[in-house]
Amino acid sequence: MTPKRRQRMLLIVAMVIGVGIAAGFALKAFNENLMFFYTPSKVAAGEAPSGRVIRVGGLVTKGSVKRESNGLTVHFDITDYAHTMTVQYTGILPDLFREGQGIVAHGKLHPDGTFVADEVLAKHDEKYMPPEVAAALKTAQKEGAAAPTTTGGTMP
Amino acid sequence: MIPELGHFALILSLCLALVLAIFPMVGSLTNTPAWIALARPTAIGQFCFTLLAFACLVYAFLTNDFSVAYVAQNGNTLLPTIYKISAVWGAHEGSLLLWALILTGWTTAVALFSRKLPDVMLARVLSVMGMVSIGFMSFLLFTSNPFARVFPVPAQGGDLNPLLQDPGLAIHPPMLYMGYVGMSVAFSFAIAALIGGKLDATWARWTRPWTTVAWVFLTIGITLGSWWAYNELGWGGWWFWDPVENASFMPWLAATALVHSLAVTEKRGAFKRWTVLLSLLAFSLSLLGTFLVRSGVLTSVHSFAADPARGLFILVFLSIVIGGSLLLYAWRAPDVTSGGRFDLLSRETLLLGNNLLLVVIDAFIVLGTLAPLIYDAMGWGKISVGFPWFTTMFVIFTPFLVLIMGLGPLTRWKHQDPAQLARQMKIALAVAIAAGLIAGLPILHGGSWQAGLAVALSVWLLASLTLSLRQRGRTLDGVRDWLKSFRNRGGGSYYGMIVAHLGVAVFIIGITFATQFSQQEDVRLSPGQSYTLAGYAFRFDGVKSVPGPNYRADRGTITITRGTDQVATLHPEKRTYTVQTKPMTESGIDIGVFRDLYVSMGESLGDGDWSLRLYYKPFVRWIWLGGIMIAIGGLLAALDRRYRIALQPQAETAQPAGKQHLAPGVST
Repeated sequence: MTPKRRQRMLLIVAMVIGVGIAAGFALKAFNENLMFFYTPSKVAAGEAPSGRVIRVGGLVTKGSVKRESNGLTVHFDITDYAHTMTVQYTGILPDLFREGQGIVAHGKLHPDGTFVADEVLAKHDEKYMPPEVAAALKTAQKEGAAAPTTTGGTMP
Repeated sequence: MIPELGHFALILSLCLALVLAIFPMVGSLTNTPAWIALARPTAIGQFCFTLLAFACLVYAFLTNDFSVAYVAQNGNTLLPTIYKISAVWGAHEGSLLLWALILTGWTTAVALFSRKLPDVMLARVLSVMGMVSIGFMSFLLFTSNPFARVFPVPAQGGDLNPLLQDPGLAIHPPMLYMGYVGMSVAFSFAIAALIGGKLDATWARWTRPWTTVAWVFLTIGITLGSWWAYNELGWGGWWFWDPVENASFMPWLAATALVHSLAVTEKRGAFKRWTVLLSLLAFSLSLLGTFLVRSGVLTSVHSFAADPARGLFILVFLSIVIGGSLLLYAWRAPDVTSGGRFDLLSRETLLLGNNLLLVVIDAFIVLGTLAPLIYDAMGWGKISVGFPWFTTMFVIFTPFLVLIMGLGPLTRWKHQDPAQLARQMKIALAVAIAAGLIAGLPILHGGSWQAGLAVALSVWLLASLTLSLRQRGRTLDGVRDWLKSFRNRGGGSYYGMIVAHLGVAVFIIGITFATQFSQQEDVRLSPGQSYTLAGYAFRFDGVKSVPGPNYRADRGTITITRGTDQVATLHPEKRTYTVQTKPMTESGIDIGVFRDLYVSMGESLGDGDWSLRLYYKPFVRWIWLGGIMIAIGGLLAALDRRYRIALQPQAETAQPAGKQHLAPGVST
C-alpha cells in the first residue's frame, strides 16, 4: 500500500469504528427509553413493571377526579371497563382533560399499586381517542366485560 | 357553481400533468423537438389551473359556502378573515390542495427561470415534476376532494380548530410545504441527470440555488412551527420530538447535507454519486413526512382523521417514487466518473465528515420516529420512544459537527497543510476553551458543563468565522471594496455561509441556556397572592371574563415585579371557543433578549383560586433568532451572482486537475 492509501484506509477504519461505537450506545439508550403501553387490565394482572417509565391509558371514570384542597395534586381513576386503576398527578392537567374522556399518562407504577404520572396527555379533539385506549376498550369488551354503550360516541 | 369550477380546474390540471409527464420525456428520448417544446407551456398551464382551483376554495371560505363539505367542517361565519383564508389549509383536503399548488408553482418557476438550461434537460426535469404531480393530483381527486358537496346544507360551519387560529400557524404550513415540495426540484434534477447520464459540475450549479431556496423555506417553516408551539400549546416548550416535527426535521437534515455536498460537486466535481443519492433521500423523506402526517398512522396534535385508503395510497406512491428512483440510480450510477481527488486534510474531507454526521443523526431520528410503527406491525407491543433519547442523539453528535464547521471555512480545497491550519486555529481554540471554562464555572448559575460546552462551541465558531473574514478582508480596502466583494461571484455564497454559521452559534447558545437554566413552577394562587420565581415576583390579580369574536375568554392579570421595579403585566387567557367548545390556553409572555417570562392558566380551583404555570426562560429567543439567521444565510447564498450570469457549459471546475489549490475563503 502506498502511504496515501494507508492513510485513507486508516481514515475509513476510524470512521467505521466511530460509527459502530456510536450506534452501540445509541441502541442501548434507545432500549432504555422505550416506553411500553399497559392497560388497566394488564396492570391489574401484574404485567406492568414497577420503577420504570411506562404509559397507561383508559377512560377517566366519571366522578373520580379528586383534587387535594390546597395544592395541585389530583387523583383520578382510569378504566378499560374490565379493571380500574388510580393515577396521581401533580400539576396542571391538559385543556382537554375531562371525565369520561380517553387519556394517556406517562409515569411510574409504585409498589403500593398507585401510578404516579409525570405527564398526562389528552388529545386536542374531543372526538379523538388515543388508539391504544380504543384498542384496550375493544379487547376488554371482547373478554366479556359489561361495557356501557353511552360513551359519547367515542367507541371505535 | 364556483366549487364545480374549482373541481373542473383540478381535473384539467391532472390531465395536463399526464401530458407533462409523458410527452416531453418521450420527446427527449426520441429527440422530437415538438414534444420537448411542450414542457414549458404545459407546466405553466398546469399551474394556472391549480391556482384557479385554489382560488375557488378560498372564495368558498370567504363567502361561507357551507354546501361544500370541507368548508362546512372548517369554516365559520364568525371567523376573522385571515383565519378564513388560513382555514383553507387547516385540514387534510385543503392542505393537500396547497401542496399541489406549491408543486405546480415550483414547476413553473423552474420553467420560467431556467432559460439557460438546455431544452432536453429542462424537458426532463419538468417531466419528472409532472410525474410527481400526477401522484398528488390523483390523491386529491380520488381520495380527498376538497370540493365535495354536502346536503342538506348546514346553517353554520364547524369552525377552524382553535389551535390553528394563530398568526404563526397561518403561515407555518405554506412555508413548510414550500420547503418539502421544493425538494422535488432537486429530486427532478437528479433524476433528469441520471437519465441523461450527465452528472457534472454544471448539473450541480443548476441544482444548487433551487435546493438552497427550498432548504431556506424548510428552515423558516420549522422555526415558525417551533415558535407557534411555544406560544400556543401553553407549556413553554419549543420542540417536542413529536413525530410530525420529526417529519419536517428528517428532510431538513438530509437537505442540509445536500446543500453542503452540492458545494463539493460544484466546486470540485467530487461526491457526485453521493450528491445524487442525497437528492433522492431528501425528497423521499419529504414524502415520508407527508405519509406520516396525512395517513394518521402516527398520532400527534397534527394528524387529522385517519383514513386507511389515504394511507395506502401514499404508501404505494412512496414505494414507487423511492423504489423507482433507487432502481434508476443503481442502473445509472456506475457510469458516473469519480471526481477530483483530495487529501486526508482538505475541505472535501471536512464536508464529508459533515455529511456523515448529518446522515447519522438523521438515521437515528428516522429510527426513533418509525420504531413505534415497526413494533406495532411486528406485534412487539405498543411503544413510544422517550423524548430524552432524541435529545441525547442530537446532543452527542452536534459538538463534532460544530468542530468541523469551525475548521471548514479556513481549510483549503484538495490539500491543506496541517501545520498551517493549526497555527491559524490556535487562537480560536484557546479563546473557545477559555470562554467555555468561564461559562462553566460554578460562580455563574451554579455551574453547568453543558453551558460551558455550548459557549465553547459558539465562541469556536465565532472565532473561526472572524479569522476567515479577516483573511478575506486582507485583499479588500474599505467599505466600498467590501460591498463590491459581496456582489462578486461567490460573494453571496461566502457571506451567506458566514451568516448561517453564526446562526448556528446563536442557536446553540439558545437551546442550551433555555434548557439548562429554565425555571418552571405550577402554582395555586389566590387573587392578590404572589409567587417568586428566578427573582421575579408574579402577583396574581384575578380573572375577568371577556368576549372575543368567536370565543369567550377568562383573562387573568399577572403583574411581575423585580425588587421595586415593575417588569410587566401579562394577560394570559383561557378561551372557550363557541362552536367547538374546546378550551384553549393563550399564554401571556413578556419577551426579552435574554429571558422570557411566561404564564399560562391552568384551571379555576374555586374561591377565585387558579392554577397557573410560571416559567422563566433565559435565551429562548436565540433559538428562533438562530433559525432566522440560518435562513437568511441560505437566501444570500441562493442570490449569489454566479447563478445569474451566463453559464459557461462545462464550468472550469469540472477539470479539477488543471486547477491550482483554491485559496480558502475565496469560495465556498
